[in-house]
Amino acid sequence: MATDADFRTRLQDWLPRLVLAPSFAVTLLFVYGFILFTIVLSFTGSKMLPRFTWVGFENYEKLFALPAWNTAITNIAIFASLYIVICTVIGLMLAIFLDQKIRGEGMLRPIYLYPMALSFIVTGTAWKWFLDPGIGLQNIMRQWGWESFSFTWIKDSDMAIYTIVLAAVWQTSGFVMAMFLAGLRGIDNEILKAAQIDGASNWQLYRRIVIPLLRPAFLSAFVILSHLAIKSYDLVVALTGGGPGRATEMPATFMYSYTFTRNQMGIGASSAVIMLMTIAAIMVPYLYAELKEKKA
Amino acid sequence: MSAASQDTAVSTGRVTRAFLYLVLLLFALFYLLPLYVMGINSVKPLAEITGGNMMALPSTWTLDPWRSAWSTAQIGVEPTGLKPYFLNSILMVVPAVVISTIVGALNGYVLTKWRFRGDTWVFGLMLFSCFIPFQIVLIPMAVVLGKLGLAGSVSGLVLVHVVYGIGFTTLYFRNYYASFPTELVRAAMIDGAGFFRIFWRILLPVSGPIAVVSVIWQFTNIWNDFLFGVSFGGTSQPMTVALNNLVQSSTGVKEYNVHFAGAILAALPTLIVYIVAGRYFVRGLMAGSVKG
Repeated sequence: MATDADFRTRLQDWLPRLVLAPSFAVTLLFVYGFILFTIVLSFTGSKMLPRFTWVGFENYEKLFALPAWNTAITNIAIFASLYIVICTVIGLMLAIFLDQKIRGEGMLRPIYLYPMALSFIVTGTAWKWFLDPGIGLQNIMRQWGWESFSFTWIKDSDMAIYTIVLAAVWQTSGFVMAMFLAGLRGIDNEILKAAQIDGASNWQLYRRIVIPLLRPAFLSAFVILSHLAIKSYDLVVALTGGGPGRATEMPATFMYSYTFTRNQMGIGASSAVIMLMTIAAIMVPYLYAELKEKKA
Repeated sequence: MSAASQDTAVSTGRVTRAFLYLVLLLFALFYLLPLYVMGINSVKPLAEITGGNMMALPSTWTLDPWRSAWSTAQIGVEPTGLKPYFLNSILMVVPAVVISTIVGALNGYVLTKWRFRGDTWVFGLMLFSCFIPFQIVLIPMAVVLGKLGLAGSVSGLVLVHVVYGIGFTTLYFRNYYASFPTELVRAAMIDGAGFFRIFWRILLPVSGPIAVVSVIWQFTNIWNDFLFGVSFGGTSQPMTVALNNLVQSSTGVKEYNVHFAGAILAALPTLIVYIVAGRYFVRGLMAGSVKG
């Protein structure tokens, strides 16, 4: 009897950990084990299939010598910086505007937010044809009588990257707005009223008090947007297919094509490692600070 | 979101207000534009798109593009329409969402109410997995799915989405349960209630709001996924991959109207979820994040 009860208590003690164990094991294997596997692959001469012939840093040297990778790096730099800045500016502006007791806020909010529910493939399809010179915007304007109107960015190697920015901003800026709006609604009105009594103008109110108080929202927005930017694969595939030529190649499309279609798995793996390191440089400090804060 | 902070202390003049409304309306048009373009061009004959104006309403209304996109359009090599892929997506999404939400709820329960040494580390490691670029796991995942005999199957995709979804669902439930009074759990323990009974009788009944968040989040992410679908879908590709194949197909005439109808079909499930339950999503998210 005593041993039975003993066993049951011991089981109760271990049960929580047993319940968590499968998830933890799966995470260790499928996330950290896989990361390790890809890192190891990036130092091997793998082509079509994984092969464990050690080649040192050769893949990384080859990678950074490739014009396609340099295009990808340049593109992600342009795309990520414009995407993050424009989304933040539009999101903040819409949130502040919506916070002025706007009639019809309940109508506007879902309109701003719904693109977030769509797949990037859907977004890409819609914008691909809307921006197509033959049938889309250029054609529309010409039909409406603006004969000389020209808009061919999506077919232009130098400008195509900006159409990706446009579509991506369309998709996520409403979401950023919602994050800022939640932040604004959390600000104590007494602080603002006190500042107004001290004679602060609206502009000063926002610049000196409100925007600094939104710091956490800015940080979350930055983390989420940079994460989305580096992962951007679907949108590029659907909107430009990496073209015209290879003009809109990004690290995510580069990794995919080198690994699975060009049979350069070693180089593909090394590009994935670079992507992971970039994200980790942003995420690890953020997550560390978040978890530490919550512990205290 | 307390009622008191709803109204802002900032007062604005007439001209400023007119300007605010103008800007807000212009942005509303910007966000609605692609939906309008997709909608009206999916009910037009192709000739009206190629020979006419994309913004104009159809002069002949037709549902043929929808019929074609659903059941006869050429996807890859087969003229099957999007129907079989829509079914693949449903078969993939439903189990993946259910499993990852249940697992996330149990994990969140353990991590907040049955804390043990090093639990923050366990959680941190799981949380980081939400933010990795999936390119880093594509190659080993392809190898493992091949070894398990799950490559190119819906079950394989379910596995992948559960594995990379539990980080998020655990995060949501953990944050939500953290604000649930631990004293109630303690009291139940003293009364002799076990691990599962406490979960079932005390925590589960109050989990509605966060379960909605978890389900919406997982449903949207998994339905909209393209990378895993195109990498591991094989012959069981999901809707997003099929839509991309339809639109990018280089053979024959580009049937824009069919593409638009297909795009709306691919967007419909997540749009409906968003329209029906979007409010609860924001509300539940806030309930969870008030106290982390």
